[in-house]
Amino acid sequence: MRDLKAVGKKFVHVMYPKKSSALLRDWDLWGPLVLCVSLALMLQGGSADSKDDGGPQFAEVFVIIWFGAVVITLNSKLLGGTISFFQSLCVLGYCVLPLTVAMLVCRLVLLAGSGTVSFVVRLVVVIAMFGWSTLASTAFLADSQPPNRKALVVYPIFLFYFVISWMILTFTPQ
Amino acid sequence: MCGAPGSGRSTLPCRRPAWQPRGSAARAPVCSASLPHRLSPSSHRALPLSSATLNMAAAAARARAISRELGRGLHVRRCGRGSLSHPGPPGPACPRSRQHRERRGAARATMAAPGAAAPGGGRSGAAEWGGFEDNMQGGGSAVIDMENMDDTSGSSFEDMGEMHQRMKEEEEEAEGEAGAAEEEDGEFLGMKGLRGQLGRQVADQMWQVGKRQASKAFSLYANIDILRPYFDVEPVQVRTRLLESMIPVKMINFPQKIAGELYGPLMLVFTLVAILLHGMKTSDTIIREGTLMGTAIGTCFGYWLGVSSFIYFLAYLCNAQITMVQMLSLLGYGLFGHCITLFVTYNIHFHSLFYIFWLGVGGLSTLRMVAVLVSRTVGHTQRLILCGTLAALHMLFLLYLHFAYHKVVEGILDTLEGPNMPPFQRVARDIPVVSNAILNTTAKAVALTL
Repeated sequence: MRDLKAVGKKFVHVMYPKKSSALLRDWDLWGPLVLCVSLALMLQGGSADSKDDGGPQFAEVFVIIWFGAVVITLNSKLLGGTISFFQSLCVLGYCVLPLTVAMLVCRLVLLAGSGTVSFVVRLVVVIAMFGWSTLASTAFLADSQPPNRKALVVYPIFLFYFVISWMILTFTPQ
Repeated sequence: MCGAPGSGRSTLPCRRPAWQPRGSAARAPVCSASLPHRLSPSSHRALPLSSATLNMAAAAARARAISRELGRGLHVRRCGRGSLSHPGPPGPACPRSRQHRERRGAARATMAAPGAAAPGGGRSGAAEWGGFEDNMQGGGSAVIDMENMDDTSGSSFEDMGEMHQRMKEEEEEAEGEAGAAEEEDGEFLGMKGLRGQLGRQVADQMWQVGKRQASKAFSLYANIDILRPYFDVEPVQVRTRLLESMIPVKMINFPQKIAGELYGPLMLVFTLVAILLHGMKTSDTIIREGTLMGTAIGTCFGYWLGVSSFIYFLAYLCNAQITMVQMLSLLGYGLFGHCITLFVTYNIHFHSLFYIFWLGVGGLSTLRMVAVLVSRTVGHTQRLILCGTLAALHMLFLLYLHFAYHKVVEGILDTLEGPNMPPFQRVARDIPVVSNAILNTTAKAVALTL
């Protein structure tokens, strides 16, 4: 129960990113795991041959998210950051929440139809959530960097969430 | 335990008791309490050097501590007394008691003096385990800071270390008393197994050896401090280098300076991967997504690392003055031209535009790389071999990326617009016949424009 409350509090922190250190201090990887698994499950079944698609796509999303988070963490540590490995993983994982919400919205919109209007709606939603994710993670991570190097740390985060947003936007169900 | 009465360790002022639960808020600035002037974030450039000297000082202090302990142990065994940790005088029966006391006093004094002078080294000389902890946190050298883990049970390294130390001291106290009893129990040792004295000692030793090996392997392989100097850049520098990578240098008789930096090239490779993904999606390459991502990452990283190594090998054969990191950096920045070209041509699908970009942008970045290599090589044949290979590989890679991944859009345009499509937009699907197609399309483009 205590863990669930901690996870829930962190979700709230991500949705309203203030510069609090609660996310950083008590890191946990439950939230990122749940978000990663749900995103990977929702991104399944999005290509032409639906014979054995479930496998590679789930694994692919998983690997991208975790490998990308590890690379960004190593990069921020090498640039002289004071944040620890798991804290950074925690923040990056939790900030995938807006994109998971975007995926949900996209799926619902695609249920209604897949014309140009739905594409525009999805594009707007995904761009908004991508911006939110990047801003949220920057609010937590950029403080641990020397002030003149924030851009160097923000760029890989931007790329990471861009790739995830791209996967969400180009998802077409069968 | 540090400084606690009857502990028997040298009574150096400890910064903190070793079992205090470590909240990461207190520890987030790495070792700022102990080494303020050396490990502040602004002077991180001195980090590798200072952590190296710290390590040496820690190792020296530890060696001194170990030899002192050994000396005391020898004396204890001769005296037949139990405890190394016994603080009081060994007793009138021991002839060397005075020497022992003097030696211990001297040891304490000598340890206090360097302790005052070099707090980091002194603290690590307090105990073997203390030194190990400092080594881990000394330069922020470990990737995973164990002390930041919120652990509630006694399962972390430090708690095990504490337990081990306590057990060791208990053992040494009980050694003397149990010395006689052990002979009686000798025949029962097999029955007692791990719970017996011998079993505990063996387990202790195994734990010690295992921990030492693990920490050695960890600090060897997971030490990202090796890469830290290559990421020491400012955003302005990165921007300057990106722009410079498109400008060929004129002075080729003087070795040009190459910055051995890995941040820019790494980010460019990832950007290239993202652009390739974008291109594959817009061209609706609807294979399974897993292979798309995998091939994109594999292609880009494979090119960067593989071609760098190959050209480095050729440079070694041709006596060029270039190191591996410099080669990686050079080729990485050369991918900037590729990124621009592909970004533009994946969004605007005109083949003539691609060829203009291929020759112009790709050519400029290749020229720059070639000029830098020429300036560092002596001899005409060597220059020719090296630069010819690099130019060919670089330009062909851009061609390959465009044709291998940019397939289906023209096909869709074909079906949509029917037979009235202007011929120069037709694309060759198969790579083996690409040369014919290039000739055809360029000829037609030239004919159309004339």
